[in-house]
Amino acid sequence: MIRVVLPAHLRMLAQVSGEVQLEVEGVATQRSLLDALEARYPMLRGTIRDQVTQQRRPFVRFFACEEDLSHESPDALLPDAVANGAEPFLLVGAIAGG
Amino acid sequence: MSQVRVLVGTRKGAFVLTSDGKRERWDVAGPHFGGWEIYHVKGSAADPNRLYASQSSGWFGQLIERSNDGGKTWAPVGNKFAYEGEIGTHQWYDGTPHPWEFKRVWHLEPSLTDPDTVYAGVEDAALFRTSDGGQTWQELTGLRGHGSGSRWQPGAGGMCLHTILLDPSDPARMFVAISAAGAFRTDDGGQTWRPITRGLRSEFLPDPTAEIGHCVHRIAMHRSRPNVLFMQKHWDVMRSDDAGDSWREVSGNLPTDFGFAIDVHAHEPETIYVVPIKSDSEHYPPEGKLRVYRSRAGGQEWEALTKGLPQSDCYVNVLREAMAVDGLDSCGVYFGTTGGQVYASADAGDTWAAIVRDLPAVVSVEVQTLP
Repeated sequence: MIRVVLPAHLRMLAQVSGEVQLEVEGVATQRSLLDALEARYPMLRGTIRDQVTQQRRPFVRFFACEEDLSHESPDALLPDAVANGAEPFLLVGAIAGG
Repeated sequence: MSQVRVLVGTRKGAFVLTSDGKRERWDVAGPHFGGWEIYHVKGSAADPNRLYASQSSGWFGQLIERSNDGGKTWAPVGNKFAYEGEIGTHQWYDGTPHPWEFKRVWHLEPSLTDPDTVYAGVEDAALFRTSDGGQTWQELTGLRGHGSGSRWQPGAGGMCLHTILLDPSDPARMFVAISAAGAFRTDDGGQTWRPITRGLRSEFLPDPTAEIGHCVHRIAMHRSRPNVLFMQKHWDVMRSDDAGDSWREVSGNLPTDFGFAIDVHAHEPETIYVVPIKSDSEHYPPEGKLRVYRSRAGGQEWEALTKGLPQSDCYVNVLREAMAVDGLDSCGVYFGTTGGQVYASADAGDTWAAIVRDLPAVVSVEVQTLP
């Protein structure tokens, strides 16, 4: 089980409060996590990564374990603490956005 | 008794303003989608309770929202706008080639007959259509494939397709305008397009009378006379009596012919409205006076409408999508400002009052007249 923290606008869009908990199939990567997130909440498609290029939107950042994972490969393994649910994966709107 | 519903898009959410036919007391509902930029909200003529909204943000991109109950509740629908075929390049601000990149939806134009069919004008400029109520969107590739795309360039707001006019008498005919590419018409339902810019003159172009590159800000039409078009260009107010085949200037005695919004009276096809703005570098009214100008002669001769509008120290802008009329008798005229006011006139512009004064900057205003 992976814990995901969405920014406020996306929590409202997905109609959730607090953390989202996801079961991710196979190895836990940014790609498999976002695939699972968008499968559960289809209204989030296109808001975190471009639907055509699958690139992370420029004003969205990925943080976990006090590290910035935004520029990691989408297929890099997530930290063990995220993969086992000890730490959340944070989706954050860049301070320059909005 | 008739009702009026005013759909307002702002930089930080959408608002729905409603009144009875007297248009004296207004209920303000919203914000919907608080914190998001709402470039446009528009209802279907075939089903007035079916509304579509363009919702976007710098963080999270583009969403399309749909309401089936007149704006009380909303749900997101499809938001995948994928250019088809070869992406190609347009001109960047400095004239160098730049690939098309989708940024946002500027305008949603529901079909006149089918609530599930909607056209979307997007930035970078292209035209999309849904026929399943917004679930999926397909590009009408004939426009971007017209062959002139490499000469299109962004205006200050971006390279946006902002105006879509459907001809009520001919389902195959449609007009679009792009800043800064110009205006185009299709006579075959969007398969092929041709520029309709003869008579336009733009001094910022190397060839001021070029076919492509004019910064058209808005085109308006009266549904009873779809061959007569009125245009607010970057500079110049223009008129065509032959469906855009040729244009002539009708700026006449306006204090400045720069501006964004233009619209036509609901019952008098020769009565038109503009809001003159001082210049392209000073996006506010001349002399700090917010004045709507009305021509009852289809242009050229204009009168200032000031009663109820601020006549000193007013430095707001009125954007291209931010003026609309209702269908009541007498015709109501509405516009929103970047200062957050929505002004309404229930007597065709003779007198004005603010419905609401302190919204976020208003981007778009549409009006529905309900039975």
